[in-house]
Amino acid sequence: MAQFPKGELAPSDGLLPEQAKLNAEQRTFHAYIHVPFCKARCGYCDFNTYTAQEIGSSSQSSFARDLVSEIDLSRQVLEDSGVVGRSLSTVFFGGGTPTLLPAEDLIEMLQKLRSVFGVEADADITTEANPDSVDEVYLLKLKEAGFTRVSIGMQSAVTKVLAVLERTHNPDNVARSVQAAKTVGLFTSVDLIYGTPTETIEDWVETLQQAISLDTDHISAYSLIVEPGTKLARQIKVGEVEMPDEDLHAQMYEVADELLTKAGFVNYEVSNWSRSVETRSKHNVAYWKSMDWWGFGPGAHSHIGGVRWWNVKNPAAYTDRLRASLSPALERELVDQANQDIERVMLETRLAEGIDLAWLKSKGFGTQEVISNLIASEVIDGGAVFQGVVKLTKKGRLLADYVVRELLG
Amino acid sequence: MSPRAKTALEPAKTNPDFIRNFCIIAHIDHGKSTLADRMLQLTGVVDDRSMRAQYLDRMDIERERGITIKSQAVRMPWEFENQTYALNMIDTPGHVDFTYEVSRSLAACEGAVLLVDAAQGIEAQTLANLYLAMENDLMIIPVLNKIDLPAAQPEKYAEELANLIGGNPEDCLRVSGKTGMGVDALLDKIVQMVPKPVGDPNAPARAMIFDSVYDSYRGVVTYVRMIDGSLSNREKITMMSTKAVHDLLEIGVSSPEPEPTKGLGVGEVGYLITGVKDVRQSKVGDTVTTSMKPATVALKGYAEPKPMVFSGLYPIDGSDYPNLREALDKLKLSDASLVYEPETSVALGFGFRCGFLGLLHLEIITERLEREFNLDLIATAPSVVYEVTLDDKKEVTVTNPSEYPVGKISKVLEPMVRATILSPKDYVGAIMELCQGRRGVMLDMQYFGTDRVQLRYDMPLAEIVFDFFDQLKSKTQGYASLDYEENGLAEGDLVKVDILLQGEQVDAFSAIVHKDKAYAYGVMMTGKLRELIPRQQFEVPIQAAIGARIIARESIRAMRKDVLAKCYGGDISRKRKLLEKQKEGKKRMKMVGRVEVPQEAFIAALSSDKEKKGEKKGK
Ligand SMILES: Nc1nc2c(ncn2[C@@H]2O[C@H](COP(=O)(O)OP(=O)(O)OP(=O)(O)O)[C@@H](O)[C@H]2O)c(=O)[nH]1
Ligand SMILES: C[S@@+](CC[C@H](N)C(=O)[O-])C[C@H]1O[C@@H](n2cnc3c(N)ncnc32)[C@H](O)[C@@H]1O
Ligand code: SF4
Ligand SMILES: [Mg+2]
Repeated sequence: MAQFPKGELAPSDGLLPEQAKLNAEQRTFHAYIHVPFCKARCGYCDFNTYTAQEIGSSSQSSFARDLVSEIDLSRQVLEDSGVVGRSLSTVFFGGGTPTLLPAEDLIEMLQKLRSVFGVEADADITTEANPDSVDEVYLLKLKEAGFTRVSIGMQSAVTKVLAVLERTHNPDNVARSVQAAKTVGLFTSVDLIYGTPTETIEDWVETLQQAISLDTDHISAYSLIVEPGTKLARQIKVGEVEMPDEDLHAQMYEVADELLTKAGFVNYEVSNWSRSVETRSKHNVAYWKSMDWWGFGPGAHSHIGGVRWWNVKNPAAYTDRLRASLSPALERELVDQANQDIERVMLETRLAEGIDLAWLKSKGFGTQEVISNLIASEVIDGGAVFQGVVKLTKKGRLLADYVVRELLG
Repeated sequence: MSPRAKTALEPAKTNPDFIRNFCIIAHIDHGKSTLADRMLQLTGVVDDRSMRAQYLDRMDIERERGITIKSQAVRMPWEFENQTYALNMIDTPGHVDFTYEVSRSLAACEGAVLLVDAAQGIEAQTLANLYLAMENDLMIIPVLNKIDLPAAQPEKYAEELANLIGGNPEDCLRVSGKTGMGVDALLDKIVQMVPKPVGDPNAPARAMIFDSVYDSYRGVVTYVRMIDGSLSNREKITMMSTKAVHDLLEIGVSSPEPEPTKGLGVGEVGYLITGVKDVRQSKVGDTVTTSMKPATVALKGYAEPKPMVFSGLYPIDGSDYPNLREALDKLKLSDASLVYEPETSVALGFGFRCGFLGLLHLEIITERLEREFNLDLIATAPSVVYEVTLDDKKEVTVTNPSEYPVGKISKVLEPMVRATILSPKDYVGAIMELCQGRRGVMLDMQYFGTDRVQLRYDMPLAEIVFDFFDQLKSKTQGYASLDYEENGLAEGDLVKVDILLQGEQVDAFSAIVHKDKAYAYGVMMTGKLRELIPRQQFEVPIQAAIGARIIARESIRAMRKDVLAKCYGGDISRKRKLLEKQKEGKKRMKMVGRVEVPQEAFIAALSSDKEKKGEKKGK
């Protein structure tokens, strides 16, 4: 399971330090709800999620009730810490598999957020969904409760690839669930994974074509990351499966960008394509713009004004804390200004709109020599630099981490 | 067992008639230090409670590797036929790199216990050390050790030993250093056989320095063997080579802990402390006399050991350079054979070119620098010393391949060795093939007994330095043993191969090799680097060249992907920390032109780890 970063212990009342409230009125506010349940664990996955076998099914049935009490607690903490009250600009249910819960539970949590903080009229309200776990009835309930968007874990259209990923969903259900979502009037997105062991470029093209034919509003495509501690990592270590080399990953990315662009999608972040600005994942954009968000649920991460904290991972421990009126926050990290600046470069460089050159200069990032080298090696857009923006080229998107390191010097 | 002698003879007043000075010599691992352990116990100088295996191997590195690096002298009492004797025993190292330690020890003795592992028989260093002992006119006592082993063949090897040194197989004592069996008889025999020391007690004092060690508490401790006259506490002494005068702060014997005494008399072995801080002021081979009544003729000293193998040592963290200098200065205090001078490398920065007695010495010094001084080092590939004559008759000595002169070279001389290899006869073919491939010229081949063969070769030292020992071991399933000694210089058909990264020469990888091996070296090195250097933003050609002629090439393709696909809210802290780590890693990169080369790549390319393992523990 994903290793948490090392931080200082968070206080048991969850109270936030001074810096959290500074300039809060200039930042938008968002909610993430982590639902840590899945039917089975996929071999590549290191998210904080559990199967019923691992923790029993009772924790699922009482989940919404406990989570709602964290919402009450969050409001208290924000108030006591002097952070101005703001209504929510986006709400995102992620996991895990949020749609394993009854639609009513998701709605209950959303309603609670509405009553406690208020949700803006044009807010994006998204849930991740497993193709097997949603149908029109379910989605209609969500739509009627105010959900606007559903993000479906398609990953691949190729049976062999799904098997290597240990995805258990029925591939036919992808089209069915997307269609259902569209019918009820939700925006749609699918998540894809490429560079899976045994996957060929033809397999990937097949997946892309099928994804495009679903005619969703949005597509995310991630190259498979081998996370330490996963079953996949072990299989690679013992030589059971072999990761494709970096060149194939790069080639797959290029093919994806080409086909998606041709189909009318516009890339707006390294791994994300959208039909229009409106259909972008506004929630994820908020992460990349260092906005404020509260992450509810076991293992969820939060960020308010440079204070990052994360909850205990274990659902039982999470519940115990809340029932004892304690904050479920485990550890936190106070990101100082210098590190906030570094995070900003790290995150905004990934965005298609780029990062402001004057701001970079004011922070001492991106010396003349570095910028000119980056232009010369065609990883940033020379024309944009003259407009005062550092923007990745297509080649540069594949080398984004390198560009970030160069900019930071 | 209680010690036989109830009271020891008092140092400084011991009649030379009752002194016996001997050393234990053998091939590596034949059990010298273990036999010494039993002697320490049997004579009572170390009680059973304080005993530990290889008691005299005191350095951590000796204990970890189970080998002796420094000789140790110990005074022990022993009673024979109602007379108490003082025995001075010197345990010596068996590894070929430290042969000079053996030579020095021999000069302090009248007798030598030649120890042979009864399961292994005569090996290369048995012969080498025997030869040294005979040259020094020592009384040789042949002893078969490890007779407790089921595989021991004492009859067979007694016969071989008798053939080698004369006498009857029955004269050969049989002992077990492990069980102690036969050790008391050996001590008795030493008393009987080893001649007493002879010297003039009334002549001006002359003491031979056979070892000089720096100790952070006591300063330099000088080990001497009294030849003539005597030295006493609180006297002023003179070093005959430099005429330097020192106060004798302490004089004593090792038993095996230092025991201060009133003085040392003719034939005795002991130590002196004068308060000097640098072993170079108390040099091995020098003669100590008294300032009051100085001797006029110094004793014949030893030839200083010459460094045979050179390597550049560089701190991985450039800011450690001053610490490396300090550490080398400190090690030099107790190891006069270590030589070094500053050098710079384009690839590795500031460091030192160091001279060593051999590969094991190199390895041990590097390890001590890392461990005792907390340094992280890169060592360049070991090289020998070349004497290069240019067309204009100018002569250049090259210890660093990258300094090999460019231009017209009329002659290159390289150091040669005479190698002695002992092996079961089944492997003769494989050994001959190996030696021929290493430019060896066979001198002769001789049988020992019915199944062991000795082969002698003249060979360039450079060929031995490059993983020869390891190859020899693997081709003979570990059965062959090797000894070699310097054997002058010979002209060689040599070239320098340079390695270029994107057209820039990487000095640390230049090598001087025989013309016929240049291509193989080039292919090997470029291939290795291709694996080790991470992809860059651009394609990086790697070439091997002799002068302007490219003999091998490889290339590292440009990196195409360096981005993590997903970055959710929970990934941000992790990702920032990863970034910090990458930035740290970048600091440890060395720039060769525009190419970033990780330190690890240099280390991996420069180390041939097979080679190291082989040298550690000879069989
Ligand atoms: N069975 C048995 N093993 C022995 C005997 N003597 C020594 N050994 C073992 O042989 C190995 C080498 O012993 P050492 O005493 O370190 O040998 P050495 O000759 O001092 O080695 P160097 O100083 O490295 O040349 C050790 O593992 C000892 O335990 C013996 O009499 N019998
Ligand atoms: C928060 S995750 C989980 C969503 C949902 N449980 C599912 O699996 O469909 C969202 C997306 O991240 C991507 N993802 C998860 N693990 C990944 C990995 N190891 N490498 C690359 N992408 C990964 C998948 O595309 C996944 O749909
Ligand atoms: S469904 Fe999603 S969260 Fe659940 S195990 Fe699979 S990848 Fe992980
Ligand atoms: Mg020893």
